[in-house]
Amino acid sequence: MPKTLRFVFGRTEAALGAAIVITAIVLSLSSPYFLTVANLVDLVEAYSVTTILAAGVFVVLVSGGIDISFTATASAAQYLAAYLIVSRGVPAVSALALAALLGIALGSINALLTYHLRVVSIIVTIATSSIYYALLIYFTDAQEIYNLPDWWSNGVSFFRTETAAGDIVRITLPIVVMIAVLALTHQLMNRSRIGRQVYAFGGNPEAASRVGINILKVQLFAYGYLGLLAAIAGFIQAGRVHQAVPTAMNGQELNVLAVAILGGASLVGGIGSTGGVILGVLFLAMLQNGLNLLGVSSYFFGVVTGLAILASITMTGLAEKYARRRRVTRTG
Amino acid sequence: MAAAQFLALTGIGKRFGGTKALDAIDWSVESGEVHCLVGENGSGKSTLIKMLAGVHAPDPGGVITIDGAAYDRLTPHQAKTLGIQVIFQDLSLFPNLTVLENIAIDLELGAALKPPPLAAMRAAALAALARLDAHLPLDARVGDLPVAQRQIVAICRGLATNARLLFMDEPTASLTRHEVDLLLESVRRLKAQGVAIVFVSHRLEEVVEIAERVTVLRDGRLVGTYPAAEIDDHRLAELMTGSRIEHKVQARRLDATQPTLEVRNAGRSGEFVDVSFALHPGEILGLIGLLGAGRTELALALFGMTPLESGEIRVNGAPLKLRANRDAVAAGIAYVSEDRLSLGLNLRQSIADNVSVTVLDDLTDRFGLISPGDRSRMATGWVERLGIRISHVDAPVHTLSGGNQQRVVLAKWLATDPKVLILDSPTVGVDIRNKQGIYDVVRELAARGVAILLISDEVPEVYFNADRILHMRDGRIAGSFVPGETSEHALAEALYA
Repeated sequence: MPKTLRFVFGRTEAALGAAIVITAIVLSLSSPYFLTVANLVDLVEAYSVTTILAAGVFVVLVSGGIDISFTATASAAQYLAAYLIVSRGVPAVSALALAALLGIALGSINALLTYHLRVVSIIVTIATSSIYYALLIYFTDAQEIYNLPDWWSNGVSFFRTETAAGDIVRITLPIVVMIAVLALTHQLMNRSRIGRQVYAFGGNPEAASRVGINILKVQLFAYGYLGLLAAIAGFIQAGRVHQAVPTAMNGQELNVLAVAILGGASLVGGIGSTGGVILGVLFLAMLQNGLNLLGVSSYFFGVVTGLAILASITMTGLAEKYARRRRVTRTG
Repeated sequence: MAAAQFLALTGIGKRFGGTKALDAIDWSVESGEVHCLVGENGSGKSTLIKMLAGVHAPDPGGVITIDGAAYDRLTPHQAKTLGIQVIFQDLSLFPNLTVLENIAIDLELGAALKPPPLAAMRAAALAALARLDAHLPLDARVGDLPVAQRQIVAICRGLATNARLLFMDEPTASLTRHEVDLLLESVRRLKAQGVAIVFVSHRLEEVVEIAERVTVLRDGRLVGTYPAAEIDDHRLAELMTGSRIEHKVQARRLDATQPTLEVRNAGRSGEFVDVSFALHPGEILGLIGLLGAGRTELALALFGMTPLESGEIRVNGAPLKLRANRDAVAAGIAYVSEDRLSLGLNLRQSIADNVSVTVLDDLTDRFGLISPGDRSRMATGWVERLGIRISHVDAPVHTLSGGNQQRVVLAKWLATDPKVLILDSPTVGVDIRNKQGIYDVVRELAARGVAILLISDEVPEVYFNADRILHMRDGRIAGSFVPGETSEHALAEALYA
């Protein structure tokens, strides 16, 4: 195989980086507004919730599992926090902490069920997703909570400036939280023992248990961490739409999974990086924003997202096939 | 050898339900000894290893003595601390992690949120590699390494936890001769450092060259421990099976007829190149090659699973274009993939289900439905013709004896009336007694005029069964042999060269 092809198929992240550069060039040529600071910062904020969720899903994917109940977890945690603050007058810090604990607990239930029932996690999380949503709507009567406190719904700006073109650029809480979550995830997955154990377990579960890795602990960490990030994403999302709605995030699952998979996280486990998640979000955000600026109907986004996933999976598959063929020729 | 005894077992037994997996075993291993532990499947080898790795507890009464201290049983943690390490056949590595992390994974356990002790891990990995005088890039992903180097990584992981007794389960199964030599070199070094090594296998391997003693297990009992110099393949087969098995060259010279299957200059990039051969009715053609030589890839292409990129296939003189394996089946080509213990039987399904699965289309009536009566009659017909001893055709196949299971396989393939039968490593993991049954089935098929391609990496298997042998190497046909004209030894030399 020629060197250039090996570069493209060798690492999903590298291929994705190239695709992002090309897309950016095409879009900035077609729309003068695309490559402005204001547009890019807006874009980052708009995708902050997706990114936070994708960081959590990435951890579960590396462990060799999959979780689709995280939007239910996010909605539940978001609603609990809003309810405690608005209707019960609980101090914000305690309310957010309780809601975060709820997120961790719901994630841990997925881990416990997957571990003890020895069923594939997609089945477990389809079931728990249904249960979490149903209970949430049952207990809340699907009532929205509108009057969120000011700090929550109007957000906190850490930095504000006006560009030469007159656009206002604000670095807001969602952006800061998103960056913090990405940094934390990267650190945990690469610089902590539990993170390395997640990679090891995802790479070869049988061997992991043979060398004495505590598998229940690994799964509790992966699903619990996703639960925590789902809760955080839930808070951010409520702030961005100024209300807490029990079904607000229903349907976001595929978009989030798309980001992680586009970023190179393998569905069989053991493979993926935080950098890949960032690139995945960037690519999807740019595609959707670009289509928007070009005046393409937003109903068409789904088609583009789906095609991007197919392209990514095809390339990973081809890369594996070539790698296998190389091995065959080498070992003869 | 005057070395100190490291491990001694006295009166070790293990029952699983009603079966005695191990019965009153007395056995010992000395420090720095290389020992071979051989036995067929079900002889108790793996139970013994698992007991010493702390997975199973022996039945009360037995004693495990390690370094002079006696134990009733070992826990996995104890086994590790005492320096007992098992390298399983699958190596238990993490393909997605680096050499460094694979070797020093032990240091990454516990204390979840602490950072991995990189400096200590690096030092441990380098020290382990140095003991083998091996040079592997610490940052390479293990999945990208060839099998032989992965094995080095697995051994190093054992050394990193200070192994004193290393069990290696079927270590040479997928290695070339050169790689085996490298492995033996590593083993010699470990031996010199006082590490005991036990090779566990179902056949006598190249490793016997450097072994001091060979221990044979049969049906859970220890047959005996012998000096390695006194044991050869034939003697070992006798000890393992308890009976003498005669090997005779079967090669027949077949009259020149129209070949059933003809392959001309077949190729697929990266898999095999310029492969040509002819296979005649009733002929058993051996195709021997090491893992990765392209033999399975060739078989898959002949069965239409992957398209040929160059060359052609002819069946009975007529060119055959294979778009999918349906075309191959229609042309009378049957393919039995590498499959443990049986030639692709569904053991839980009934005999009738197994026999009829290849010919379901022929059994359907005009509504596309299968009449249970027709199916039973068809299966019963084969059962009678082949003299299979069964209670009823609806009994599950696993209730049959090994020999009768093989007859069911025969019936299954005869039902399709194949002209060409491709057998890919038909006896992988099958022990000596049942191997013979499979060979009988193969000969019976050949006697009925079926042309058979027997793919294998075991020299005796092709040497004593095939009429002609092709040697495949690096995707090419590297040589052609006739058993009897070429010696078994010469064939082995060619294969492992």
